[in-house]
Amino acid sequence: MKKLREFIIEKTIFLSGIASILFVLLIFLFLLLNGLSLFKTVNFKDFLLGENWSPVCEPPSFGILPLILGSLFVTLTAAIISIPIGIGSAIYIAEVAPLKIKEFLKAMVETLAAIPSIVLGFIGMVTLVPWIKRIFNLPTGLTALSGAILLSFMALPTIISITEDALYAVPKAYKEAAFAIGATHWQAIHRVILPAAYPGIFAAVMLGMGRVIGETMAVMMVTGNAPLIPKSLLVPVRTLTATIAAEMGETVAGSEHYFSLFAIGIILFIISFIINITAEFFLHRE
Amino acid sequence: MNQKIKQKIAFFILFLSICLVVIPIVLLVIFIGIKGLPAINWEFLTGLPKQGMRAGGIFPAIVGTVYLVIGAVLFSLPIGILSAIYLSEYAKENILTRLIRLAIINLSGVPSIVYGLFGLAFFVIFFNFGTSVLSGSLTLGIMILPIIITATQESLKSVPYAFREVSLSLGATKWQTIKNIVLPNALPGILTGTILGIARAAGETAPILFTVAAFYLPHLPKSIFDQVMALPYHLYVISTQIPGVPDRMRYGTALVLLVMVLSINLIAIILRYQLRKKKRW
Amino acid sequence: MVEKKVEVKNLNVWFGQTHSLKDINLDIYDNEVLTIIGPANSGKTTFLRMLNRLNELQENFRFSGEIIFDHKNFFDFSVQELRKKIGMVFALPVPLPLTVFDNVAYGPKLHGIRDRGKLKEIVERSLRLAYLWEEVKDRLNASAFLLSGGQQQRLCIARTLACEPEIILFDEPCSGLDPVSTAKIEEAMQELKKDYTLVLVTNNVKQAARVGDRTAFFLSGELIEIERTDRLFTAPKDNRTEGYISGRFG
Repeated sequence: MKKLREFIIEKTIFLSGIASILFVLLIFLFLLLNGLSLFKTVNFKDFLLGENWSPVCEPPSFGILPLILGSLFVTLTAAIISIPIGIGSAIYIAEVAPLKIKEFLKAMVETLAAIPSIVLGFIGMVTLVPWIKRIFNLPTGLTALSGAILLSFMALPTIISITEDALYAVPKAYKEAAFAIGATHWQAIHRVILPAAYPGIFAAVMLGMGRVIGETMAVMMVTGNAPLIPKSLLVPVRTLTATIAAEMGETVAGSEHYFSLFAIGIILFIISFIINITAEFFLHRE
Repeated sequence: MNQKIKQKIAFFILFLSICLVVIPIVLLVIFIGIKGLPAINWEFLTGLPKQGMRAGGIFPAIVGTVYLVIGAVLFSLPIGILSAIYLSEYAKENILTRLIRLAIINLSGVPSIVYGLFGLAFFVIFFNFGTSVLSGSLTLGIMILPIIITATQESLKSVPYAFREVSLSLGATKWQTIKNIVLPNALPGILTGTILGIARAAGETAPILFTVAAFYLPHLPKSIFDQVMALPYHLYVISTQIPGVPDRMRYGTALVLLVMVLSINLIAIILRYQLRKKKRW
Repeated sequence: MVEKKVEVKNLNVWFGQTHSLKDINLDIYDNEVLTIIGPANSGKTTFLRMLNRLNELQENFRFSGEIIFDHKNFFDFSVQELRKKIGMVFALPVPLPLTVFDNVAYGPKLHGIRDRGKLKEIVERSLRLAYLWEEVKDRLNASAFLLSGGQQQRLCIARTLACEPEIILFDEPCSGLDPVSTAKIEEAMQELKKDYTLVLVTNNVKQAARVGDRTAFFLSGELIEIERTDRLFTAPKDNRTEGYISGRFG
């Protein structure tokens, strides 16, 4: 009796244990089932490299190159903004800040991580967008730059907290050894601690960028959503994620348009998969 | 001397960068607070939306979000805790375990909009749950699963191994040991993780876009197969889809959502702090 | 005629590539105190953990050989039953994060005793046997972590006693304790050997001489010598034994 109960419990625990694998497979499977249907009628190359995204025109065109470039543009710009600020902040929190301030700063970073993206998007829409419009004297403030600034903000908590962990993980002895030969605190940081923490910091940046590429609502509210190949940072762009969010509501289940949004989902899934696996590799290299 | 000046400059730059993070957060919270507070009154919090959402309250959206969160937790908490127990108490170091870890990492990185697509294809269409509280809850539940698993695993790990050994040495079975000794001592950590999951589920918009959210539904749901309004989606709708919504209402909605999510997070932070103070071993 | 309680035959234990116990043959008699001495990594703790089947919690554990317990194959007992009959006291006191009372009542509850009155009786008897009752009878509902180190170790002994074992294994139970606490625990052991079979692993040679009826000397996973304690200490057969007890190595 006791044995049977123990047996049932252990099996239940095991099944729950593998649930994560099951869900990942299900997600991928259902993206594939729907997304691949697109390629019965649309050539894969035309999909990936086509320069025209107009799914509701006659005849429709499903080229996602503008969307890929839109995502890439916004993500890279966000990276340029958020990487130095994020790493700098992490160093400040981990190495420079006095204990009391440190706790406060960490709480602030956690707060930022917790703010729903829709709230950030809303704030971006009512503050950032008009500012960009005025500063650059543009017809509209809904631009790639607005999206990038907002997204860099959203990448910060990820970059800061993982970089911080990487800095803490550097053995104390390294720092003490640097002090022992007369280095200043700053020399110890940039000559000894930063190089030792490099793989972790790299992972932090990767995961931060993963967050940016996958972000949907905030970016949709401030980038203007024009599916055109972007020529500068000051024009509207549309990202992969925003396309799905904006258009799924108007599609008919089972239509080409519907399938094409799932096909975009496959691309996003694969990108996030690669980013997370790479980051994990750098985080746990031993 | 030269090195000292260099250090001063470097630390000043580091300080500037943290300012660039912290000041906008503070301003943002204050800004939403000031602009949103005038909208907050009894009618706004407990009333139904009127005149195509240009007046009235946001009660259905609050209730919808609460339902979704409860549903998500009901689904993911048992699976998440058991899954963490498997990983930390039963799993051996083998390929399957590594695959599970990989899957959890991957689940935590999947973009929220992709969860939305999955929820649509799997729960709404394949299982034919329709756009409903059920579909939305399950989608959000899978999304917060990695948060709960990771937090639970960490708090299980923090229970000293010696306790398990002692319990087993007295003739307890593995499950008795987990149930009597390990779980009760990991509970606060599990709770913290769950609360963080709740905060995440309450604030997400993309996963519920196609699985549950109703654009405008001025009454409360009657069953788990009904659509509901949800706060984040409501904020999206009134700030981008409907012209002529008074600013006051937009900021008010943003404030309610922000306060809801941040206070849930605050509870988790306080709980974790208490926990660190109380550790007896 | 003394009864053989446990017979160990050709016992070998490996952890991965490490051969931790090599061809151990020894008997444990009913109601004796067997002490096991030896330097660090001599396999004495591994031997003790074998009798409580704790070694198998480690993934790379393998063994060969035979153990007879109460004239039956050791492995015919269920793990839980066996661990109830052969209790273990660890080197460092590990109270469970429960009250004093619940620590002692933990084992009996596991083995199906629900009745509150019966549990109280068992708790009191076990605490008395461990020479702890007078010190804790007024704070049975306090956290076990509030006790001193020596009290915690006696609590652990009481907790093992509450399972009503036949054999009690002690794994260097005094290694973390001051001389006064050590004396109290030795006193408890003297009392316990009237009713129980005790196996005591210790790296304190003097303690072995004080408490043991027989003493076994382990070195590098081998049983070098097992003999009546007075004889082993006065006339060891093996000069490695002599070297160890006279403090030349270890």
